This record gives sequence, C-alpha cells and structure tokens, in this order.
Amino acid sequence: MSKPLGSFPGGLKLNGHKKRSTQSPIRKTPLAKTLILPLQQHIGAAAVPIVEVGDKVLKGQRIARAEGHVSVCLHAPSSGTIKAIDEQAIPHPSGLNAPCITIETDGEDQWLERQPVKNFRDMSAHEIRQIIRDAGIVGLGGAGFPSFIKLNPGVHHDVETLLLNGAECEPYITCDDMLLRERAEGILDGVEIMQHALRARNVILAIEDNKPEGVSAMELALAARPQLQNTSIMVIPTRYPTGGEKQLIQVVTGKQVPSNGLPIDIGIVSHNMGTAYAVGRAINHGEPLISRIVTVTGTDVTHAGNFETLFGTPISELLAFAETKRQPDEPFILGGPMMGFNLSGDNLPVTKTANCILVGVDDAAPASEPLPCIRCGDCATACPASLLPQQLYWHSRAKDFDQTRDYNLFDCIECGCCDYVCPSKIPLVSYFRFAKTEIMNQEREHQKSDLARERFETRLARLEREKQEKEERQRQRKAALAASKAKKEKQEQAAAEADTTATENKEN
Amino acid sequence: MGIFRISPPFLAGANRVTLQMLQVLLAMIPAVFAMVYFFGPAVLINITLALAVALASEAVMLKIRKRPVKPFITDGSAAVTAILLAVAIPPLAPWWLTTIGVMFAIVFAKHLYGGLGYNPFNPAMVGYVLLLVSFPLEMTTWLPVISLSENPVDFMSAFQLIFHGETSSGLAMDTVSGATPLDAMKTQIGQQILPEYIVNQNLFGIFGGLGWEWINVWFAVGGLYLIYRRVINWHVPLAMLATIFVFSSITAIFAPETTGSPLFHLVSGGTMIGAFFIATDPVSGSTTVKGRIVFGAGVGALTYIIRIWGGYPDGVAFAVLLMNMAVPLIDYYTQPKVYGAVK
Ligand code: SF4
Ligand code: SF4
Repeated sequence: MSKPLGSFPGGLKLNGHKKRSTQSPIRKTPLAKTLILPLQQHIGAAAVPIVEVGDKVLKGQRIARAEGHVSVCLHAPSSGTIKAIDEQAIPHPSGLNAPCITIETDGEDQWLERQPVKNFRDMSAHEIRQIIRDAGIVGLGGAGFPSFIKLNPGVHHDVETLLLNGAECEPYITCDDMLLRERAEGILDGVEIMQHALRARNVILAIEDNKPEGVSAMELALAARPQLQNTSIMVIPTRYPTGGEKQLIQVVTGKQVPSNGLPIDIGIVSHNMGTAYAVGRAINHGEPLISRIVTVTGTDVTHAGNFETLFGTPISELLAFAETKRQPDEPFILGGPMMGFNLSGDNLPVTKTANCILVGVDDAAPASEPLPCIRCGDCATACPASLLPQQLYWHSRAKDFDQTRDYNLFDCIECGCCDYVCPSKIPLVSYFRFAKTEIMNQEREHQKSDLARERFETRLARLEREKQEKEERQRQRKAALAASKAKKEKQEQAAAEADTTATENKEN
Repeated sequence: MGIFRISPPFLAGANRVTLQMLQVLLAMIPAVFAMVYFFGPAVLINITLALAVALASEAVMLKIRKRPVKPFITDGSAAVTAILLAVAIPPLAPWWLTTIGVMFAIVFAKHLYGGLGYNPFNPAMVGYVLLLVSFPLEMTTWLPVISLSENPVDFMSAFQLIFHGETSSGLAMDTVSGATPLDAMKTQIGQQILPEYIVNQNLFGIFGGLGWEWINVWFAVGGLYLIYRRVINWHVPLAMLATIFVFSSITAIFAPETTGSPLFHLVSGGTMIGAFFIATDPVSGSTTVKGRIVFGAGVGALTYIIRIWGGYPDGVAFAVLLMNMAVPLIDYYTQPKVYGAVK
C-alpha cells in the first residue's frame, strides 16, 4: 500500500450518508418494457443511428455509430424492436428534448453473439482502443468523456502513472464502493488492459478511507494477481472533493496539473473504477456498455441500494423498484447532493453518466433569499482550486466577464464548496455556471463573426487578386503590344499612331 | 416538507450571517461585564441606548431603501456595530453623543454605501472617529475605575448624568471623570516623567492600566472563542498583535523613556477589541489570507504609531479606517495562486 504524497487546499468534511445504500448487495433492475436511449450520453458528438424504426435488434447490437473523433457507439441494452427514433425528454438540467432511439423490449433479453478477446496482450493499443470505442465506453464517474481517448497518450507522452479513481467523495453515492466490494476482480481485469494499452509504468488504485470493505476486497483481488505489476492501493483521507481529477492527482502525487493542461502533461492518466470494470467486460467478455450500477438512495427511499440497470430504463421504474415515498412528477436529484442537478419528469431514462438518484436529502438546503456578500472569505478558504469565489461572484453578477476570466473562472470545478460554506447563502455555483455559459456563447458568436469576417476578407482578397491579375494581364498585353509596336515602328513608322489608338480602345 | 433549493449544492451548510453575528455578540459579553464591573452600570445604559438607536436607524434606512426589513434587521450586524461603538464611547457620555455616533455609523457609513456587505469602512469606527474629531472633550473624559473613584456612580446617577448632564444631587460630569491609563501615559511622558514611575501610580494595575488590563484580557478570551468557532480567522488578530508587540519591544529596547512596555500596549485601550472584533470585520477588511495578514499588520503598526506620535491617545480607529482604504489594493496584490498556475 502506498501513501498519499500531497493534499489540496480547502475542501469540506461532509457527512457521507453512505451506509444507507450499502446494506444490501447490488441488485438487478427488472427489464423495462421500453428503453429510451439518447444518442448523446457522452461528451462530444452525438452518435448516428444505424437502425430504422421497426428493426429487430438483439441485446448488445450496435444501434448507433460514433460520429467524428470525440464520440462513441450506442448499443441495444436488450433485445426487441426499434419503436421510434425521435426527440424525447432527456435527463439534462436544461429540460430540453434530444434525439433518442426507443426500443420496445421483447422480454427474451437475447444476446448478439459476443466475441471476447482471448489474449489482449497480443493486441496493439490501437486495436484495444478501437474495441473500447466500439463498445461505447465513457467515463462512468459522471463526466462521460469517451474513454478510448484517455487511453491514447499520444506519441509525445510517457505514462508514468495510471490512476484509478475510487474516491467517490460525494455524499450518498456508493456505486463504486459496491463495485469494489463485489467485483474487484472485474475491475482489475480492466486495469490490466488499461495498463497494457497505456504502457503505464505503475498503477495506483486510490480509494477513500471511508470504504474499508472495498479496500480489503481490492487487496485480496490484487494479491491473487501477480501479473499486475507495480500496482498498489492507496488509501486516501475522506474529504470532499478528493474525487475531482485534479484534486485526486494532487493528493496522490503531490503534483498539480498545469492550468489549461491535461494530466498526461505530468505523465498521469486517470480513470474511474467503474470504467475499468466496463473495459474488462468489453475486452474479456465481448460485452459493450449497456448497463451501469446506479445508487438509489435518500430519505424517501425505502430500499436504498445499488442497482445494475440497463441504459434507457425509465428512472421512475428504477425508483418504483427501490420503493420511494416520492409522488409521480416530484423532483429528484440526479448525481450527488453537491454537484448533481434537480430533475422532474417520470420518463427520463437512466444514461451512461447516471451514477446516483437521490430522493430526499437529510440536511437539505432550504430555498432562501441570499443576503449580500459580507466578504468573509470563507468561500476562498473552502475552494479546492484556490480561487476567490467572492470576486468571481461579484464580476459574474455584474456580467463583467473579462474580469471573471482574470480571476480564473474556468479553473472552477463547480464543486460547490464555496456555496456550501457561504454564510449569506449566495448560490455562487449557479452564478459561475451562468457566467461560463455566457462566455462560451459569446465565444461562439465571436467565432461566427470571425468566420464571417474571414469570409469577407477572403472575398476582398480574391477580388483584389483578380483585379491585380487582370491588371497584370493588361500590362503584359500592353507590353507585348508595345514590343510589337516598336518592331513595327522600325518597319513601318507611318502606321504606328493608328495602332496605339486601337490598343487603347480595346482596354477595359 | 419545506421548499428546497433547486440548484446544487443541495446540502445545507451550517454557516449563517446571523449565527456568526450572534456568536460575536456572545463573545463580547465577558468583556462588557468586566467593563460594568470596573466602570459601573453606565456602560449598560450606553449599550442599550446605542442598540435602540442602531436598530431604529437600520429599520428606517431599510424602509427608505425599499429593502426587506426582517432578514436584514435580524442579521445582527447593526447590533454588533452598536455595541462596538458603545463600548468605545465614555460610559457617561451624554445621550446625544451616542445617538449621533450610532446614527452616523448606520446611516452614512453603512446604508449610504449600500448596506450590509458594501461599506468600505468599518461603520463603528467611522462613527467613533466622527465623534472624536467633533467632540474631543466629551470623547476623552473617561470614568475612573470604581475602586479609585471618590464618587462611584450608581445606576440612577448614571442615568441622570447621561440624560441630564448632572445628577439630582448636583453632581456634574467633570467631578466624576478621569483620564484613561493610555491618556495618562501619553500626557506624563510629555511631561518628561519616566514610564516606570508612571506605572507605579494607582491608575495602573498589574501589567497594564487598572481595569483596562482585564477588559482587554476578556476581549481576547472572547476573540479566541470566535477563532475556535471559526467565526473569525486568526490572521488579522495575530498579525496586528504581533506588530504592536514588535514595535513596542523595539521602542522599549532603544527608547524606554518614550513609552510603556510591550505588555502595557497589548492590554491598553482598544488593542484587544480592535484585534479581535474591529479589524476582523470581514466587510471592510481584506478577503485573501495573505491580505488579512497585511491588513492586520498595517492596523497594528498604525495604531502604535498614532499612540506614540499622533495627537490622540489611542489609534485603533484611525488605523482601521486607514487600512480599510488600502483594502482594494491589498486584495489585488494578494490573490492566491490558482491550482495549476505555472510556478
Ligand atoms: S462566503 Fe459568501 S459572504 Fe463570504 S465572502 Fe464568500 S460569497 Fe461573500
Ligand atoms: S465551485 Fe468553483 S469557486 Fe466554488 S469552491 Fe468549487 S472550484 Fe472553488
């Protein structure tokens, strides 16, 4: 076991409320009648459907292909018929609809023939990445970034450390904890593959010290696997937001990822434990990513726990299975209580990034009118990114976006620590999200107008060029004429004058 | 089920402005009792008057500015301002003096700048300085400690002195008043008397001014409680006290005839209330960690300089206001380095 080498500033000690959902083992959510699959469940370009309404599909069959470089495929989570390809409500804070494929399941749950890889060590990194991309695997910690990209360090980088993020620092969420306890073997399958693909020199499995069962399960599994070299478990102190990629790297290595840089710049690649598990399933079992473990918990949930749930399952069915006191259409939280968002709507489906559904928070923050900022600086003390949230707030509120950039708005990880400690109860994170969106919109506008200007300028340049070419041609013609004229002059000087007039008349 | 926040984070933090202000009020209680013990019930009359004026001015200003009265009047900030100012005013000061000071603090120094959170200057200190420059005589006639007083002032006579200027038995203000130890130190050093002789007078106690030393100790105890409860942080008080200590030690070593001992300065006048309750005002202070240290050190240095070379016996109020002015600059130059910034 290795020891953490650093720590990050700020952060919070929060009551985890994790016991509630770790009392029973992972259960399988029953197969739903309809599965609604948004084409974009990841960061990047939406997948493109390759099936049509009425098609029969098998479990694990690809139904949409990756589009462009940053994208992944999508698969049928169960066998059935494509019922619709249209816009549906998706679990997104905007409340907007987005293109989805809807499958009516036939109850057979019949697999497409799976093609496991016999020995991944015979495969190149490129081939492994291809399979992972085709299997639709994205970061399951919550962000949903396509995993195959993070398995490609590029030619210029050596991977010193592959970091497995098992911090799970947000209160209430326990899906990684349960995965560690019950499927440590499967996680290590994926870790082996990732290490091979990245040629990482060492591997660190970082787990917060509030998961002793997970740690010992992982220790056992690791001891039984001597082929996994230079791999160690690191138990890290429980503190929010240790699970943030940058914070975890700082805790584990004592190093900071450069601002605007990537972990790979300091030789680190990090993946979530659940992602490693999915990679193992994809390579060793030929199973694409069609389900995930979702924590369902909260004060209003009767049988809180973790549920292995097929993507597309309506959240309402999952909640019904776990039994809640929630009334239809009452809101719930998707994600944790610090960074998740409030949703309502019964038909919203479980997606690849849905790690937790929270119904009823123990110390729920009441809606209240914020008082003015009293400049107490508590927010700055709590900020893990060493920002000055009160300044960011001040300038976001004044829509002074240049200033927010000067105060490094884009280094804000939206962890909510500042918000949590603010004595004036100012919704700081909402202001920061607002400012970020505004700036990005402005930038898009800028790009558009830049493009327009560029087009305009290209056109001007073309016109200018054409004009010059024309003049050049005329000049050449004149010169040629002049030359021939001079010749002629020598030969027949008398005809010279008439010739010149004619040339001039031709000009236009 | 109540109505909950609809944007993250959904967890409630325990921090509240009102709770913090209540803690501050609580932390002042021991020192206020010490003051009552040493100077009599007049202190309480003064505080009550200041509180009433402050809350009334606050309510009127909120109404005029069309702000919701309830959340702001209950935030406790006006009460804190009132008490800070009340304990800085001589206990037997006439009622109109307290009233003017408090009203000015709340109306001008706070609300005309935009109310809670927007005032660049510490309101209590603005009120205090206004009174000090406008009514220097009234503001520097303190009560002697009860044990030294030939005419201890009881509750009734205190009441009459504050509201009528004299008691029913004809006792007037000047017959009961006396100088503070800081005053005495300054005046007598001016008369070429050596500090070591000065502190042997009965105006002085074990390690500071009689009475004042304990009042300062109790303010410090209250302040440490606030640090413990994380209502204030340690940077400002430590920086301020350390600076005063260093400055006075230097003078004590190189020019002992010019001033009192370092300990005397730490427990005299407004040192402790200044360090723990006034300079720590978040609104008018610096928000960064380094900035707070700079701010505290600045207040300490200016306090000491004004005490020694200035025209007033104590300099805490001026020092705080001067440093308030420097806050935007301090904040700007003491921004923390963000995560991942190039080293
Ligand atoms: S915690 Fe709230 S009140 Fe305090 S400085 Fe930050 S934003 Fe202002
Ligand atoms: S939300 Fe942003 S500003 Fe607030 S504490 Fe987290 S990183 Fe800092």
